[in-house]
Amino acid sequence: MFKKLLVLAFFGTIFVSAAQARDQISVVGSSTVYPFATVVAENFGRSTGMKTPKIESTGSGGGMKLFCAGLGVEHPDVTNASRRIKSKEFKKCTKAGIDIVEIKVGYDGIVIANSKAGNQFNLTKQAVFLALAKDVPEGNKDGGKLIPNPNKTWKDVDSSLPNIKIEVLGPPPTSGTRDAFNELAIEGGCKTFPTLKAIKKQDKKKYKAICRAVREDGAYIEAGENDNLIVQKLVENKDALGVFGFSFLAENADKIQGSNIDNVPPTFENIANKSYPVSRPLYFYVKQAHVDVIPGIREYVAEFTSDEAWGPDGYLSERGMIPMPDEERAKFGSNGKNMTVMTSR
Amino acid sequence: MINSDKFHKSRMRKEKFFQFYGIIAILMALSFLIILAYTIGSKGLPGFFQTYINASFDISQEYVDPENTGDEEVIKKGRYRKVFKEGVINIFPEAADNRASYRQASKIFSKGVSYQLRNMVLENNDLIGTKINIEVLASSEIDQLHKGNIDRNLPENLRPVSDWQLKSYDQLIQQGLIKTKFNVNFFTKGDSRNPEEAGILGALVGSALTLLITLVLSFPLGVATAIYLEEFAPKNKLTDIIEININNLAAVPSIVFGLLGLAVILNIFGIPRSIPLAGGLVLTLMTLPTVIISSRASLRSVPPSIREAALGIGASKQQAVFHHVVPSAAPGMFTGTIIGMAQALGETAPLLMMGMVAFIVEVPQSIMDPATVLPAQVYLWADSPERGFEEKTSAAIMTLVVFLIVMNSLAVYCRKKLEKKW
Repeated sequence: MFKKLLVLAFFGTIFVSAAQARDQISVVGSSTVYPFATVVAENFGRSTGMKTPKIESTGSGGGMKLFCAGLGVEHPDVTNASRRIKSKEFKKCTKAGIDIVEIKVGYDGIVIANSKAGNQFNLTKQAVFLALAKDVPEGNKDGGKLIPNPNKTWKDVDSSLPNIKIEVLGPPPTSGTRDAFNELAIEGGCKTFPTLKAIKKQDKKKYKAICRAVREDGAYIEAGENDNLIVQKLVENKDALGVFGFSFLAENADKIQGSNIDNVPPTFENIANKSYPVSRPLYFYVKQAHVDVIPGIREYVAEFTSDEAWGPDGYLSERGMIPMPDEERAKFGSNGKNMTVMTSR
Repeated sequence: MINSDKFHKSRMRKEKFFQFYGIIAILMALSFLIILAYTIGSKGLPGFFQTYINASFDISQEYVDPENTGDEEVIKKGRYRKVFKEGVINIFPEAADNRASYRQASKIFSKGVSYQLRNMVLENNDLIGTKINIEVLASSEIDQLHKGNIDRNLPENLRPVSDWQLKSYDQLIQQGLIKTKFNVNFFTKGDSRNPEEAGILGALVGSALTLLITLVLSFPLGVATAIYLEEFAPKNKLTDIIEININNLAAVPSIVFGLLGLAVILNIFGIPRSIPLAGGLVLTLMTLPTVIISSRASLRSVPPSIREAALGIGASKQQAVFHHVVPSAAPGMFTGTIIGMAQALGETAPLLMMGMVAFIVEVPQSIMDPATVLPAQVYLWADSPERGFEEKTSAAIMTLVVFLIVMNSLAVYCRKKLEKKW
């Protein structure tokens, strides 16, 4: 008898639950934005007394997929992204009848760092390309025939760099950090060769294949999504370099140092004024139709876009997010306030 | 017989070598275990302790309830940041100079202090208008400094605490205002992004609720399947295929069950994401094969004489099975189930798909509330940039391991208690 009741109660809850409304904001998306969004969520929950939003770390692409799946309580209300929404994703979202509000929140620098026990590197984007690309021009000279990357040490790449084996620990291809690193650092270095840059006009696909491909012969080591792990490995191996987000450099400044890129050290100020070349924007997207249906979305957006959070002295900057200049903050802040729907991408 | 002495010697030598290798293997496994336990233990133990600062705060009427309404809503919205700020300035008069110096001073305390003050006042309205002397959490940086994890000889720009904060910390130490206490919050609170405030209760309850669903579903289903297949089902091609499939399912990587759960449980059944019910359903799919296989094995190990004796005195097949075979096989079934549950406890991959790897502050109250589980909490903390989460990660691992040991001891106890010797 008892067992029967239990089974009945169980299936009862399943059917009741399916029709249940939700009173908690559901957020998905980028693992890079996760540490910032969670701080905002916690403060939102404490100051408003509403339920703290549930934030999943699914990666930018995974978040978009869930976000664009449809409208209704079973779908998330907000997605975080460490890149702008792609036109493909935008189309998919619009097709599903979703009106999205785009809010850019700040920047994240990507650093190439090594242990304090080693010497600080002075890299150029070109050196990064020559050290890590799959194919490089022969003799590391412009116009050379493309050959599989023969460079073994940093000295091979640039005579001013130390004679140390190239060994770079970085995120796997599923990571948004890797996308941004490939695009900004490796492609950035690729573009410095005029003949390679010229390919872009003739054959965009071929250009991407050359300029964004990372070598697979062991010089670039995929160390997983966990940036703390990369930091630990750098401390153990003073000859290795690592690629990760700026906030991890800021937290571990006593153990590791960031390499200069094109003579610019990766500091908070340099990333904010964009003189440091490898940084990317961080976004979140809101489902307009869910605003005022799921309680608290307006307040959550307001908390995220308050000066106390994303301002130059805000608590997000303490956590390593690089704030936007005033005009951008004003623009995206009003987007959030008026829930301005994005019309094109 | 010929040359027996020579053969004897070489055989003995071989045996000695074999024993030697065996001992080496055990020693190696043991040393790995000890290293693991030591690194996690030495890192995690400090995570169970937290640094507190003794401070006094003036809960002035003006900030909290200016019109003396006594209304909870008003008190909730009081300006506790102001109360906190005045308290900080009271301890460090320099903090009043300008914004930057106040920021430095406030960072000696946890960001949660003003909320702690609010909760205290909400609980006891009589505090309004009084000066209270309480122990408040120190910030994670000060906590790390107190635990000796920050090298104070480094230049100022390379350490998380400034020279001024270091000096103030020394001053607090001299006045005897800094204390280390057992971190009760760790076991009574949900997740937080401030390492000093983060607790594991949310994940612990989430794990317990998820496992409860898994147990309630997988045990009866698994045992019933096993009994039918082993005792009643005819032996033909169909049951052979079923048996092979069950064995194969036991070897399927768990992420596949996660994808299945995403497609069926979330998308078709429409069960909300991130709740223990959804996670429990997926883990049920994963544990079922384990339960079925171990239950069948324990049914098979019941001597046929028991069955035959029951049948011989005129019991029906069902009576023989349920009155005699199943009770004898029960200890093995329990053990199998608990081992299956222990496996489910450590799973994150399928739960990632179900949205249970998430930042959730509120402790779940039912199987319908969003929740995360222990291993997911470990993963999330291990991935956090804040240094203070390092020890919290290890402490969470220790909690997870204790949970596991308790479950496994239960399995051993069940077996010892219920086992029958033939």
